[in-house]
Amino acid sequence: MAQSKDEVLAGLASLVNDETGVPVESVVFGKSFADDLDIDSISMMTIVVNAEEEFGVKIPDDKVNELKTVDDAVNYIVSAQS
Amino acid sequence: MTTIVVTGIGATSCLGGNARDTWDALLRGESGIRSLTEEWVEQHQLPVTFAGRVKVPAADVLERLEIKRLDPSAQLAVIAAREAWADAGSPTDARERVLVDFATGIGGLNTLLDAWDVMKEKGPRRVLPMTIPMLMPNAAAAAISMDLETRGGARTCVSACASGTESISNAVNHLRAGLADVVICGGTESVIHPLPIAAFAAMHALSTRNDEPARASRPYDKDRDGFVLGEGAAVLILETREHAEARGATIYAEIAGGSVSSDAHHITAPDPEGTGAARAVVDALADAGLTPADVNYINAHATSTPVGDIAEYTALHRVFGDRIKEIPVSATKSSTGHLLGGTGALEAMFTVLSARDKIAAPTINLDNQDEAIPLDVVVTPRPLPDSVVAISNSFGFGGHNAVIVVKSV
Repeated sequence: MAQSKDEVLAGLASLVNDETGVPVESVVFGKSFADDLDIDSISMMTIVVNAEEEFGVKIPDDKVNELKTVDDAVNYIVSAQS
Repeated sequence: MTTIVVTGIGATSCLGGNARDTWDALLRGESGIRSLTEEWVEQHQLPVTFAGRVKVPAADVLERLEIKRLDPSAQLAVIAAREAWADAGSPTDARERVLVDFATGIGGLNTLLDAWDVMKEKGPRRVLPMTIPMLMPNAAAAAISMDLETRGGARTCVSACASGTESISNAVNHLRAGLADVVICGGTESVIHPLPIAAFAAMHALSTRNDEPARASRPYDKDRDGFVLGEGAAVLILETREHAEARGATIYAEIAGGSVSSDAHHITAPDPEGTGAARAVVDALADAGLTPADVNYINAHATSTPVGDIAEYTALHRVFGDRIKEIPVSATKSSTGHLLGGTGALEAMFTVLSARDKIAAPTINLDNQDEAIPLDVVVTPRPLPDSVVAISNSFGFGGHNAVIVVKSV
């Protein structure tokens, strides 16, 4: 059940907000998790495993380091779903 | 001898979200004990359905990330520590001269049990990466140190229900030894979870007065049937009188001394002769350069268990003789429940405020005093003499006894 990019973005923003308190509206395309949203690696690990359940995908540990921006994460999830 | 004073206090408890609200509610004779509304109470058919939840949830005070990264026990510790540090007027910029000595009885139990639930239900990948640093017993001390950027060491004091009082006794010794200019001490606990409730109930330690939660904690009453689990944290800022005066700090009271002893008797039962507890009282007074004859107020451990209240009375009688009948005694767990590792800290704060305000706090729910415990129990707020010399007692599983001496200034 593939979702659109905007649907994945909305779901991801909600997970990010729940874990870190970063406002949902700040989680938009073009933002870096670390540099723009101040999300550290520990929060990122938790967001990733929550995203696996939320979106029904597997995100291998060696992929996590490549997910530096909101775009990276949304694109990866969308492609993994399809 | 170096004089050690209290210059800041902070607390969050079932009576209030800060020190002042907690103290005011205590003096009004309120109870913070309520029926639990969590679904797990019914789900597990718990034999005890009430406790003393903090009045102001940590989530209302802290940032989301702080809630996610700290066990509830450390959350409460940080809330109380921030309040105490600000109350003391941020005592120093030399943070390498600020030491944390902080207590917990059990530590990050909620984190541990939640993580195990997740592991069983969803597998190891879902276990949070922060699980270990959140559940470790030093987490609260570390959180305070990181939050207030103190670098003079962050120690953890663990001696069950004596922990909070022992932490304050330790703080006095650290300051006397010159290890720091300021010590942040106190204790925290947050274990209102079905497992500890079941476990304490299994040993018949808890009151089962489910139909009257606010009347369940009733130290010294004939119908007392066990302690009531509380939750919260309290923090005291201690410094030498010289340091406090040099910066023009407001001084609440003096912590004149403290001592600990151990029963070597039984892992949970108090020594019925009260010799270990009595020794802790006498030694704490000696540490303060005082004798039992000087004491004019007592904040008792008094958990409302049938055996424990009598054992403490026996110990007090051993120390004070028949004069014990003339010393006002407050059993503030009647309002707050038992905060385990945090309890001594909260009661120390109450005793400090009693010394400052010259008022003894009420003991609620004392309808029929046990004649085997002929103490002068304070049931409505009562004036104390201008010069207060008080002791605050705490005793814990393992045979730990801890006593501090509080003097008015």
